Amino acid sequence: MKTNQKNSRLLSSLLSYYPRLPENSNGHPVVSEIRQKAFERLKDIGLPGNKDDKWRDSGFMDIFNREFKMETEPAPYQKTINEIFECEIYDFHSEIISVLNGHYYAKDPEEIRTLENGVRVGSILTAQKEFPGLFDQYFGKIGDDQTDGLKAANSAFFKDGVFIYVPDGVEVKDALQLIKMVNEQGNPFIASRNLIILGKNSKLTFMHCDDSINHLSSFINTFTEIHVGENATLELYKLQNLNDESALLNNTFIRQGRNSRTSAIVLSLNGGKIRNELHIDLNGEGAETDLSGVYLMDKEQHIDNQVYVNHLVPHCNSKTLYKGVLDNKATGIFRGYIYVKQDAQKTNAFQKNNNILMTSDARIDTMPFLEIYADDVKCSHGATVGQLDDEALFYLMQRGISRENATLLLMNAFTSEVTSKISIEPLKNSIEDMIKKRLRGELSICDKCILHCTVPDKPVEFEIDLSKI
Amino acid sequence: MLLNIKNLHVSINGKEIIKGLNLGVNYGEVHAIMGPNGTGKSTLAAAITGREGYEITKGVIEYKGKDITKLTPDQRANEGIFLSFQYPVEIPGVSMINFMRTAIDTRREYNGLGPIPPGEFLKRMEEMKKLVEINTKLTKRSVNEGFSGGEKKKNEIFQMAMLEPTLAILDETDSGLDIDALKVVARGVNALRSDKNAFIVITHYQRLLDYIIPDFVHVMWDGRIVKSGGKGLALELEERGYEWVKELVEN
Repeated sequence: MKTNQKNSRLLSSLLSYYPRLPENSNGHPVVSEIRQKAFERLKDIGLPGNKDDKWRDSGFMDIFNREFKMETEPAPYQKTINEIFECEIYDFHSEIISVLNGHYYAKDPEEIRTLENGVRVGSILTAQKEFPGLFDQYFGKIGDDQTDGLKAANSAFFKDGVFIYVPDGVEVKDALQLIKMVNEQGNPFIASRNLIILGKNSKLTFMHCDDSINHLSSFINTFTEIHVGENATLELYKLQNLNDESALLNNTFIRQGRNSRTSAIVLSLNGGKIRNELHIDLNGEGAETDLSGVYLMDKEQHIDNQVYVNHLVPHCNSKTLYKGVLDNKATGIFRGYIYVKQDAQKTNAFQKNNNILMTSDARIDTMPFLEIYADDVKCSHGATVGQLDDEALFYLMQRGISRENATLLLMNAFTSEVTSKISIEPLKNSIEDMIKKRLRGELSICDKCILHCTVPDKPVEFEIDLSKI
Repeated sequence: MLLNIKNLHVSINGKEIIKGLNLGVNYGEVHAIMGPNGTGKSTLAAAITGREGYEITKGVIEYKGKDITKLTPDQRANEGIFLSFQYPVEIPGVSMINFMRTAIDTRREYNGLGPIPPGEFLKRMEEMKKLVEINTKLTKRSVNEGFSGGEKKKNEIFQMAMLEPTLAILDETDSGLDIDALKVVARGVNALRSDKNAFIVITHYQRLLDYIIPDFVHVMWDGRIVKSGGKGLALELEERGYEWVKELVEN
């Protein structure tokens, strides 16, 4: 049943703002057409309602009636992103791309950078003019959800975002790291859009970081399309460390070609409301996807992970593993969808979601949805919701470890099933440090990136040595 | 006296399990506690180690001359009390080697010492692994994860050897062990026996006591120690069965 909201402040602000949308002028005709169609659809269907199956119990409903600021100016480039926000991971080199308030942030925002081996990186608004062919071929081709007003709102209203093109056969050495930040008063609605294209036999590590540098509120609506070509490899990391006033909607659509591989790790460390939709289309035989996530929520935070794995052709493998710890009055949703098309024989699809609730007020709704139309498949799913294991806690304490440290150790062990998958050692160490800090209650948003924590002159000290656990 | 339990009463969820138990253990002694299922043997171990949910309604547990009933499980452990678990817990994600180092360092800190030097730690690991014939592969894994029943029990004795407790309680360490593993466990215990520590060995069967020779044997029945004696008592029990104890109690 669909009962979308047609009366909300957010919707009326969006509808009245559209004619004045500056990004709409002189864009590529393909993009302008997509914007216009998306706008018509938004007008038609409105925003999601809490009776919509895919938005049931969502913590987002109550923000739709807030007052939003639609217009944001691109900030003049005065400082490098590193001066605004330090995000150093010791012994790890990445190519930084930044988006501030939804606008591409660079010394020359119009420049599409050319990295080694012809890799192109730049603003999506510029790229649509410079690479009309690629836009015709790829832009708006996946994630065209006719039923979701917030996705339509992104297509119609995105300010800017990132374009990445990796040519055939190119293995990108350093990770590309997108750092998105908001620094705008007045509760802005910020839509940004990314398009990433991996050619045949190419390889890319992409980090998508959403960070806060202050306590201002905002609603961030992000939409990322990733095309993974034949025999290409994508490693995707999402790091979310936002303030408690932020609402983040993070939609990611990935289409995989024949024999391609994707591994995605989604880490939600902090944020008022976060909804991650991760949609994978396994569109070529032999494609593999490995999706995992860790979420650590407390206070009255809300986390919603929606993972869609679509097996569209035979001989593809997928694994999904999400683990969460919810404390205080935090609420969460996990929905894992596995769809196996009729002729997608020899599919292997596995899904697991494990949760620890630290209090009786914390809440998680976890639901698997399996739709299988082929008859020669291996599929499984499992979900658990529990407390910290009392037996294990006592066992550790009987060996002399304090309750506090035993609890920390068990929670850390719980999340390590996911973090151990991180293949880049310095990144893994930084992320594990962040998780430890978060679990100790020491991690809040700071002016500087918390990834700073493993820089040798700023060591993180723990009462017990967890470094190799 | 190392351990002096006087008139101990323990309840779980309001139900009294231990109903006035007395037990004294001196340095250098091995005490066996025998008795059928459900007579309170494991409850006694839980009460001494401070497990949550085991309410001491009456009596005291004196250890090294002090009442420890108000101490937390980790404080008691750091005071030198060790429990070899009947069912050792699997802890995925926590590696055996770091668990051990954390436990030892915590104990050392409690006693005002710095962390164990890495060389010393590794040397001790090697020695103790040999003692209980535990495979290096196991110590590299997560705590007890995927260990067989026998390996888990050997791992308990390994941990005991590493931590050098003053009072070690072995809760049915023999259950589920084949004779070879049993001998290994017994050898470990015997190697650690000294006049600076003491052992309480909880068991159903006399079998283990062929290898770990006790100084005293106590028989538990309905939350109390109803008969105590020397090592001969275990043999007598084996011969005459627990029915004999029942008759003793009833008469």
